[in-house]
Amino acid sequence: MRMKGAQAVVAALEREGVEVVFGYPGGAILGVYDYLYDSKVRHILVRHEQAAAHMADGYARATGKPGVCIATSGPGATNLVTGLATAHMDSIPIIAITGQVARAAIGRDAFQEADITGITLPITKHNYLVKDPADLPRIIREAFHIATTGRPGPVLIDLPRDVAMAEIDFEYPVEVDLPGYKPTYHGHPRQIMEAARAIAEAKRPVLYVGGGVIASGAAREVRELAERCNIPTTTTLMGLGAFPGRHPLFLGMPGMHGTVAANFALNECDLLIAVGVRFDDRVTGDVRTFSPKSIKIHIDIDPAEIGKNVKVHIPIVGDARLVLRALLDQVEPALHSEWLAQIQAWKEEYPLGYVEKEGALMPQFVVEKIYEVTGGNAIVTTDVGQHQMWAAQYYLFDQPRQFISSGGLGTMGFGFPAALGAQVGRPDAVVFCISGDGGFQMNMQELATAVENHLPVKVCVLNNFFLGMVRQWQQLFYRQRYSASRMVNPDFARLAEAFGATGMVVRKAEDVVPALKRAMEVEGPVVIDFQVAPEENVWPFIPAGQSVAQMMGLEELKKAKEKRAARAGREAVTLAETAPGREGRA
Amino acid sequence: MKHTLAVLVQNKAGVLARVAGLFSRRGFNIESISVGPSELPGVARMTLVAQADHDELEQLTKQLHKLIDVLKISDVTNDPVVDRELALIKVNADASSRAEILQVVDIFRGKVVDVSERSVIVEITGDTDKVEAMIQLLRPYGIRELVRTGKVTMVRGTRTVQASG
Ligand SMILES: Cc1ncc(C[n+]2csc(CCOP(=O)(O)OP(=O)(O)O)c2C)c(N)n1
Repeated sequence: MRMKGAQAVVAALEREGVEVVFGYPGGAILGVYDYLYDSKVRHILVRHEQAAAHMADGYARATGKPGVCIATSGPGATNLVTGLATAHMDSIPIIAITGQVARAAIGRDAFQEADITGITLPITKHNYLVKDPADLPRIIREAFHIATTGRPGPVLIDLPRDVAMAEIDFEYPVEVDLPGYKPTYHGHPRQIMEAARAIAEAKRPVLYVGGGVIASGAAREVRELAERCNIPTTTTLMGLGAFPGRHPLFLGMPGMHGTVAANFALNECDLLIAVGVRFDDRVTGDVRTFSPKSIKIHIDIDPAEIGKNVKVHIPIVGDARLVLRALLDQVEPALHSEWLAQIQAWKEEYPLGYVEKEGALMPQFVVEKIYEVTGGNAIVTTDVGQHQMWAAQYYLFDQPRQFISSGGLGTMGFGFPAALGAQVGRPDAVVFCISGDGGFQMNMQELATAVENHLPVKVCVLNNFFLGMVRQWQQLFYRQRYSASRMVNPDFARLAEAFGATGMVVRKAEDVVPALKRAMEVEGPVVIDFQVAPEENVWPFIPAGQSVAQMMGLEELKKAKEKRAARAGREAVTLAETAPGREGRA
Repeated sequence: MKHTLAVLVQNKAGVLARVAGLFSRRGFNIESISVGPSELPGVARMTLVAQADHDELEQLTKQLHKLIDVLKISDVTNDPVVDRELALIKVNADASSRAEILQVVDIFRGKVVDVSERSVIVEITGDTDKVEAMIQLLRPYGIRELVRTGKVTMVRGTRTVQASG
């Protein structure tokens, strides 16, 4: 069929089953917008292109489908950059379509020209500048294929405005022909056998599970392996939800702000089964001392991840689910009672906990209540900082795609637009964004998008009037010199109201649950300004580049545990006093 | 250690930028890179010389493989190969030194491809050592300009570096 390039773009999106795109128009992309106007593809108008990329990303993380964002040339395209880098670091499939100046104008510093393919070369899985209009259908098909297969990632298509105006023969290809791109899905049988043997021989195994398990849909297989062989399991920030947070074999998160049990287990294990992880420095700390006693199995679809940071003994390149399936055919049940007893002892000695501060609202308490009020079933997105770690620690995630956070790039400003994208993709889900006063201010303009599109996301700002994580580092490593980390904030509740959303302020513990319940009842977007203890720290904490031995905050955890025990004792006494049995005796 | 890689790539715009960008981003050192069309239509061949230890080389190769336009990478460092480089050297040469220079060039089976009053251009082809030696010998006369192609390499015998191997 003969059609314009711009029309071909929209037709291709329809062929790919795209139901929604997030974007912002401008001169060079107007052709595409003109055809979007008549298309059944829904367009969500953002208020800043960065948010379009994060929304496409949040949509992709929540649904498993590729997210699509659109921007004009020059500043529109460069505004996508942080979002693309975020998706790239976390291996999220998004397609970005950018307008470009006409082919003849490229390289002449034309109005709104930016070399976006050059700029995004290192932060996309692949990118295209469409030079020949006839290539357009093929390029779009390839882009979707590349973004969603193998190790997923963002792909950008840069579309010169005259290519969008050119007439082409539209025939949408089914197959792609990419001789240089052949991901490996099935693990090598010999390696899988080796892994099965190592598992049979292990006395103290640990499963270390990351975002790759979510991408490949391997949560069931992980659980089967863990349960069959009684293997304690830790999930990275990216892997939260890949293993049930309430499962007795769950260790919590490892690494810098991981649980004591997870970090001790990594340190003491004799077999580390790493699945869909990349041995990130936030997990390993000093790689020379990371998990020093273990044989390491590493299952990953990206061969370049194997041996990149840590030496592994049994590498298996392949899709996590397929490899684990094959592995499950070969592993026998095991008990590991002694090892589990040791793990249990660590869990009991150093549970996560916090010491309440007199008269202050504790941020961890707020997260605990969000967990309770949502029944543990919300999709939770975060920004970056202390609140992110508290969300990861105190909200127990049972399902994959339930926790959405910028792990690799650590992008402040991600949480709110990602929550909107998630809500668009999962309209029936309860979506909470747990944010910081800093992070929320980076993309709060999207309240307008939320209101306009009736996206009932609940934003909980853990407002400490600080860039909290920065302040914590300054307190611990820069002699409490709080350089540029204190903030004078707007009135978030009134701000929300100004946008047409609902705003609330909470300062006291007893108001937390009623506010959350009300937020759940409100049909539209809500912002709750939780004014929390300003100088609370995240514990435990292994400082960057250090080892388990340097873990800080154990005292704090101990104190919290004692206080809790004392409180539980008091409550037990009052309960006993009022118990009906006793009444009778009195 | 120095490694020589024969890399087949789709001959598309920007592929050189992708390869070069990858090297700089991942902190690898390229010593030389040469690129041109191969025997296959649409496929270009690069010869890359890089300084890397075993682990670095493995990482580098895997990262290169991830580029969609990269079709095939062969490490030919330890293979029997023919490798050649071409250099053009513009060297000072007046009446008094010209004869000497011509002699040196002759010994190396180089060629003088241009002569002017005060300089000559020498063309030398050979493996890297030979080109280096030639340059060292000409240096005392004063090298005005130097251009080298970087190394190109081919495995000896019937074996080939093929796109689908
Ligand atoms: C875009 C961006 N800029 C800077 C940082 C560095 N950074 C990491 S955490 C943090 C503080 C975040 O403060 P806030 O959003 O208030 O959250 P809190 O730590 O107080 O929970 C900063 C500035 C970042 N991660 N991202």
